[in-house]
Amino acid sequence: MKILVCITHVPDTTARIAFTDNNTRFDKTGVQYIIGPYDDYALARAVELKEQLGGSITALNVGGSETEPTIRKALAIGADDAVRVDAEPTDSFFVANQIAHVARDGHYDLILMGRESIDYNGGQVHGMVGELLGIPSVSPVMTLIVEGQKVKMTREIEGGKEFVEADMPLVAGCQEPIAEWKIPNMRGIMSARTKPLHVVAPVSDEQRTHVGSYELLPPKAGVKLVDPNDMAGLVNLLKNEAKVI
Amino acid sequence: MATLVFLEIDEGSVKKSSFEAISYASAINAETTAVAFGDLSADDLAKIGKAGATKLLHVTDAPFAQPNSMAYASALAEAMEKTGADTLVLAKSSLGDAIAARTSVKLSASLISNVTSLPGEEGGFSVRKSIYTGKAFANTQSVTSRRVLTLRKNAALIREDGQTVAVEGFQPTVRDADFNVKVLSREKATGEILLPEADIVVSGGRGMKGPENWNLIEGLAQALGAATGCSKPVSDMDWRPHREHVGQTGLKVAPSLYIAVGISGAIQHLAGVNSSKYILVINKDPEAPFFKAADYGVVGDAFEVLPRLTEAVKAQLG
Ligand SMILES: Cc1cc2nc3c(=O)[nH]c(=O)nc-3n(C[C@H](O)[C@H](O)[C@H](O)COP(=O)(O)OP(=O)(O)OC[C@H]3O[C@@H](n4cnc5c(N)ncnc54)[C@H](O)[C@@H]3O)c2cc1C
Repeated sequence: MKILVCITHVPDTTARIAFTDNNTRFDKTGVQYIIGPYDDYALARAVELKEQLGGSITALNVGGSETEPTIRKALAIGADDAVRVDAEPTDSFFVANQIAHVARDGHYDLILMGRESIDYNGGQVHGMVGELLGIPSVSPVMTLIVEGQKVKMTREIEGGKEFVEADMPLVAGCQEPIAEWKIPNMRGIMSARTKPLHVVAPVSDEQRTHVGSYELLPPKAGVKLVDPNDMAGLVNLLKNEAKVI
Repeated sequence: MATLVFLEIDEGSVKKSSFEAISYASAINAETTAVAFGDLSADDLAKIGKAGATKLLHVTDAPFAQPNSMAYASALAEAMEKTGADTLVLAKSSLGDAIAARTSVKLSASLISNVTSLPGEEGGFSVRKSIYTGKAFANTQSVTSRRVLTLRKNAALIREDGQTVAVEGFQPTVRDADFNVKVLSREKATGEILLPEADIVVSGGRGMKGPENWNLIEGLAQALGAATGCSKPVSDMDWRPHREHVGQTGLKVAPSLYIAVGISGAIQHLAGVNSSKYILVINKDPEAPFFKAADYGVVGDAFEVLPRLTEAVKAQLG
């Protein structure tokens, strides 16, 4: 089985978010980058599927050369090889288009990725890739089992879950508890250095959105503390000051 | 040009976020067509008009009865052509996301997600969208002639001054390839207030000590008509179902009031709640980081504070 795992290279969940150049660019100063946490779940499940069924895992990232340490980490966790499409991931359609092109060439059975990236939180790329390839896309996926050509999945829906089945090839947007995050071991880290990482040029430069400027969420004014013995006072504030109950 | 809105139906009723989508779309252009799949109550039909839709394309054909992102995307693309609309508006949800992504590709349209504002007045079509899990916004321009927008909760106020909506039957083309994902079964809590839609959320963390104490969280939620949520360790330990997990790797919520009980306020938890209008924190540790992100706070033991607060709510709200 051939699995393609698409990974994002995103600021660590504790990173300070700030902008520079007159609020037109993300400020990378001092920011640690990680594999997107949802993509990390997708990768972990791919490694389990390979252990169980054999095959190969290709990690794919659309990004500049600065993302290579993140890609090497995916190789250390268990991908066999990697592709980096050498371009700034400027909008979700641009990225989906690159992924679809790599996927079409590689004839993958499964295309796994996170349900959303944690920088833009779009949750759009898996659906776009599915549509571009003319195959199903399912998200957010909480369990994924392969039986022959069929894939059985649990999808989270509002207020519950849905059990679905589809034939490969397909795209899945993953989330917990599909697998436990895997921490690379020493052998993985050593072998990652020599695993192939192919750098390819983007196939198209079409993008459909453009960000003009960024803004930060305004900070909170400060907390108003209420005496734990005065819950009537608290209810009064919620009702008459905040007007939310 | 005209706008089109996808209506999401849950347990037979149009979701509140879909009414927000109608009012948002009607503020862009008064010629707003809503598309609904499945039966609608008379009450919802009236509300669709009041919220600002002038026309409703109603799909009642059997193949479209179950939510299916691929089939709905094909139908919406067809409806866009049919109405000549240039903007498709959906409320953000896992169904809405999948439909939006697929429809945008079919239409060669731009897709902007997590939209929080109406388009600005100046040149081009530009809206504000929430990024970095609620920590920032990006003013994003669409560079194509058609666009698809998914709205974050509270992006628009629901209007109530609209007219009666004109209903038209709509039979979209059925494409076999859109039915390749088979739904085997569905497990769904009924009568539960949906967490992403809720105006008030009461959330519990590890400070609640164990699942047996959740009656305190549920009691307060019930008194307030609120949904219940939890922190990641709570769902990891199976004290609560995963769908209640709020935060960076869980659900992002934007209620009017978020009440956090026994949650420390780790940055990954805050990422899921920082779009709430007001935050109330109940924690016995005055140094808990959550207090820095809160509007109201009670420093105290949840096991004493919660029963008192629930009583006070009942006393004042009747
Ligand atoms: C990549 C990544 C992603 C993550 N994603 C998420 C996420 O999506 N959502 C999330 O929630 N977490 C997430 N986390 C975990 C996060 O870092 C915290 O560990 C978690 O939020 C802590 O949960 P908690 O506040 O319930 O527990 P704790 O941090 O243990 O806090 C318990 C709190 O309860 C208080 N308390 C104890 N007893 C009482 C009492 N009797 N009365 C009142 N208060 C009491 C304590 O003072 C303490 O503040 C993520 C972590 C990582 C690394």
